[in-house]
Amino acid sequence: MSYFKINVEVRLKKGVHDPQGETIKRALENLGYSGIKSINTGKVFTIKLEAETEEQALQAARIYADRLLANPVIEEFTVEKRT
Amino acid sequence: MKFGVIVFPGSNCDFDSYQAIKVCGLGEVRYIWHGESDLGDCDTVILPGGFSYGDYLRSGAIARFSPVMRAVVDFAKRGGFVLGICNGFQILLESGLLPGAMRRNAGMRFVCKDVFLRVENRFTKFTGCCIDDEPLRIPIAHGEGNYYADSKTLRLLNDEERIVFRYCDKEGDVNEESNPNGSVENIAGIINERGNVLGMMPHPERACEKILGSEDGLLIFESVAWS
Repeated sequence: MSYFKINVEVRLKKGVHDPQGETIKRALENLGYSGIKSINTGKVFTIKLEAETEEQALQAARIYADRLLANPVIEEFTVEKRT
Repeated sequence: MKFGVIVFPGSNCDFDSYQAIKVCGLGEVRYIWHGESDLGDCDTVILPGGFSYGDYLRSGAIARFSPVMRAVVDFAKRGGFVLGICNGFQILLESGLLPGAMRRNAGMRFVCKDVFLRVENRFTKFTGCCIDDEPLRIPIAHGEGNYYADSKTLRLLNDEERIVFRYCDKEGDVNEESNPNGSVENIAGIINERGNVLGMMPHPERACEKILGSEDGLLIFESVAWS
């Protein structure tokens, strides 16, 4: 057994309105920055866990994301090993 | 009628709900702590407003896994009445008892004000006493009440007349100006297929006595109590 650090990134599905992202975009534009096409917000969870292999650690993180970290109605997620 | 009001850590409308039932003489009422796994002999369970578990992760996401919620899901499956108000509605969505999800309010602000609601379905266990055509005047107080459901779900909700309340103006017209949070189709409350689980963002328990500015919320509680 060894420890793995896995990042789970949760973001809104395409097409789901993201009022936070739009507000941040407007704020940056108010600061004088131009050319920003869009901003999408999300959350990152860094999970340190024990597993036999990297694939097992990733699989566990996928289950956590699916059951709790993301709401599948409006959100999607990706998992990857943190370097 | 026996009511139970669930108390999560962070609930803050539990007492208001308790008070509404007590003051209005609608039946017996008791609190049920979130750690309990037995609802006793309740006929109706209220999931009150507030910020259960500090709204961590997403509103209602953690509360959904508390021991009492397993009992609530069983209770709902047996046909017991469940009324989720504000945070309670969010918990019902997270637990899958009602379809859809809540996003941050479109205007990004926490909105706390009276709104008008058009009762779209008067033939539910929760709206039977709403006999007037007048819209209800009931306050909202939330930061995440921007209801979302995909188009397939929306069609189903419409076809089955399960959209119970829509935000409207004081004339009863449903329009963009009267939508306080960006909810799709001005949706303020929906009911499950079986008709025993209702979720609504507005707070009827805050509009049950004249001194509070409106008694329209009472109609919801009376409907359940007398159904």
